Amino acid sequence: MISAKMKSLGALALLSAPLFVSAAEEVNVYSLRQPFLMQPLFDAFTKETNINVNVVFAKSGLAERLKREGKNSPADLVLTTDLGNLSEIQESGVTQGIKTDTLTTNIPSQYRDPNGEWYALTTRVRAIYASKERVPEGAITTYEDLAKPEWKGKICTRSGKHPYNVALIASMIAHHGEEKTESWLVALKSNLAQKPQGNDRAQVKAIKEGVCDLSLGNSYYYGNMLTDPEQSEWAAAVRITFPNQNDRGAHVNISGVALTKSSPNKANAIKLMEFLTDDMAQRMYSEQNYEYPVKPGVPASALVSSWGKFKADPLPLTEVEKHRAAAVKLVDKVNFDG
Amino acid sequence: MTSFSLRSGSKELLWPTTACVVGILVLLPILAVFYLSLFPEENIWPHLFSTVLPAYINNTLILMLGVGVSSTLLGVGAAWLISSCDFAGRKIMNWALLLPFAVPAYVIAYVYTDLLEYAGPVQQFIRELGDWTSPKDYWFPNIRSMGGAITMMSLVLYPYIYLMAKTAFLEQSPSLFITSRSLGRSPWVSFFLVALPIARPAIIVGLSLVLMETLNDFGTVDYFAIRTLTAGLYDTWLNLSNIGGAAQIALVMLIFVVTLISAERYSRRKQKTYQNRQGSHGRERIKLKRKASIIAFAACLIPVTLGFIIPASLLTIYAINYFAVSWTPKFATHVFNSFSLSVTAALVTLAIGVVLAYAKRIDKSRLSIVMLRVSSLGYALPGAVLAIGVIIPLAATDNFIDDIFRDYFGLSTGLILSGSIFALIYAYSIRFLAVSSGAVESSLEKVTPNMDLVARSLGYTQSQTLLKVHLPIINKGLLTAVLVVFVDCMKELPATLILRPFNFETLATYVYQYASDELLEQSALAALIIVAVGIIPVILLSRTIDNK
Repeated sequence: MISAKMKSLGALALLSAPLFVSAAEEVNVYSLRQPFLMQPLFDAFTKETNINVNVVFAKSGLAERLKREGKNSPADLVLTTDLGNLSEIQESGVTQGIKTDTLTTNIPSQYRDPNGEWYALTTRVRAIYASKERVPEGAITTYEDLAKPEWKGKICTRSGKHPYNVALIASMIAHHGEEKTESWLVALKSNLAQKPQGNDRAQVKAIKEGVCDLSLGNSYYYGNMLTDPEQSEWAAAVRITFPNQNDRGAHVNISGVALTKSSPNKANAIKLMEFLTDDMAQRMYSEQNYEYPVKPGVPASALVSSWGKFKADPLPLTEVEKHRAAAVKLVDKVNFDG
Repeated sequence: MTSFSLRSGSKELLWPTTACVVGILVLLPILAVFYLSLFPEENIWPHLFSTVLPAYINNTLILMLGVGVSSTLLGVGAAWLISSCDFAGRKIMNWALLLPFAVPAYVIAYVYTDLLEYAGPVQQFIRELGDWTSPKDYWFPNIRSMGGAITMMSLVLYPYIYLMAKTAFLEQSPSLFITSRSLGRSPWVSFFLVALPIARPAIIVGLSLVLMETLNDFGTVDYFAIRTLTAGLYDTWLNLSNIGGAAQIALVMLIFVVTLISAERYSRRKQKTYQNRQGSHGRERIKLKRKASIIAFAACLIPVTLGFIIPASLLTIYAINYFAVSWTPKFATHVFNSFSLSVTAALVTLAIGVVLAYAKRIDKSRLSIVMLRVSSLGYALPGAVLAIGVIIPLAATDNFIDDIFRDYFGLSTGLILSGSIFALIYAYSIRFLAVSSGAVESSLEKVTPNMDLVARSLGYTQSQTLLKVHLPIINKGLLTAVLVVFVDCMKELPATLILRPFNFETLATYVYQYASDELLEQSALAALIIVAVGIIPVILLSRTIDNK
């Protein structure tokens, strides 16, 4: 009898354990961005506020985890690498709108959800990298140029299915419609030097090796490569080009943050959001990962600034986002990766 | 006496009932994936059929065929050499052949790409030799190709077959082979007509593990730009936000594997082989002559060199070059997490495997057989899909308990199971159950039913028979199972990423944060530790298996 009682007591103690854990100040983050990028920012936040940041990092599946955990999910914030996964989380109904003066002042309206369901933290350009040796300056100026027959066998890119390329293709659909984008994609495919493979950096390496002359890649990789002992010679072989500067501007994507509906540490979560949108964190993003700050008035790092100013496509990203599924299917239809 | 027979009478139901409960727990996540597949965002199939599906299926089949054939040749060939021939270096090769097993497939793919691609040292050397300056000047096989993927995966997957086949060969009563030889059959004929058919169930277990692993691999094929069904699955899930559609693709893959395995089982449904005594005591190995001995050694050395020595050496070079960025004081914690998690999960998985396989043996009802078969399905699901399948029942249970406590006690219990270590062990057990139940079942199959009859007639209960008769006889099979599951858990990545608690890193997740960005050099040290921590127990255990 006693042992049965003890057992049930034990079970109760076990069940209620989470209730009695002393509440050190903390904030819980589900991150789609790599820990080695975010840790310095979190450390700075903890130093300033004494709030601990707990993190789970994964590139997929966290949205589903959040959804299933529902109202009891421990997560306060989700950090993402592009608008695609940000809006996916928003659509599954697990985020909540939040607006504070700091947030709305720090982040211009085109870089946040009207209801505050998500905020951009950084921007990056989908740039064209061109061989310094083999491509004269000004020979390629737009995404549309990539389809010109003169580049036959001269272009490298990662998979058309990668979110960064999907977003670019979606923006092409937004501007030109599906039909024209399809013929652009077909022509681009026929210009490829090899089957789409590797990441954005691997394409620049391929240019250095002479496999191709042009590639598509996010702007921050240029900084990552220039400052890496082994990769700096890849970067040295190319010139970064911001496309479509004489018309609509370059395609820009964002990394961002969203507050969960269930957020158990809401006050701390808002503090972290505000911290990430403020001067110090915005500068750190640019100094350490060579992204563009979104807060007006925060200068990009010296290296990033040295690539010159650029004009960004003013089309709202939410418009681009609407064409994401169509873009993915188009990639299949023209067998871009095959 | 009366009480004794009563007790043993009530225990007749113990095993089938336990098996059923365990089986249902194991099935829940798989059922959750079925459930997901009922609600796709849109019907994905018309689009897939009209575009990429034929190519995906084609690639998947070629990959499976290639990896299946080459890892069977490597695995069975090596196992036969080690268990039946005597040659210089046999003792070393015996365990060295297992080494590639600890190298994760995406790591070996990365290392060889670095070595063999255009900018790599091998091609640089060739260019210098031929005085060539561009890729158009000479021909060199492209590592990022179907052939490359098949080679890479076979090199790290053949140990499944090697281990299973070797254990089976060692468990075979030597008298069979000796009889065959004394009847005038040559060693080769005896191998094909006697040893191989008896080992077939075990080899098939190994082969099906290899094929399932190949089918749901994403890291390697993605890196090599081979679009398989898994690519279509991730695409549907992540790019089209259609997890229901992705679950459907996962189920199609699963049905494919099940059909394959059932067909094989059906083909040997009338074949039964038993043995009365264990092991190779008194087995005479064929002493190879000098020349043959060298050839046997070289044959074993090839997979060990390609699958382990070369990648491990390159990782070591990276680790030295990037030591400053790769070293973190937290490594001790990562090692502890990986190791303790893998040991626990391996033991739990073994226990479940024994329960299911033994229940099937003594019960023989359709239900027990079905339980054993379907509980192995977790292995055929891609890790990330299985993780979602695990979250669904766990989170539902948590929220249910929470609701009850809120209603009756005004307390919130929050999440208890989700996001805990329990979730990880649960996921690992389901994922790798096929390994343990397969190994246990194929070992048990070889124990003659006479053993059960004798034990029962001596008054043993079914549980006592298991503990005192069967487990000692099949201890090699059990050790093999624990070992394979342990190494698999050490390498497990996709489910760990999704299910883990906050601030929890294993060596595999630590490597991944860099490797996912093709920055393996930065985490070469951690990758080396995975290999080292994974390999030491493997060597120790494999020596125990052989000395028994």
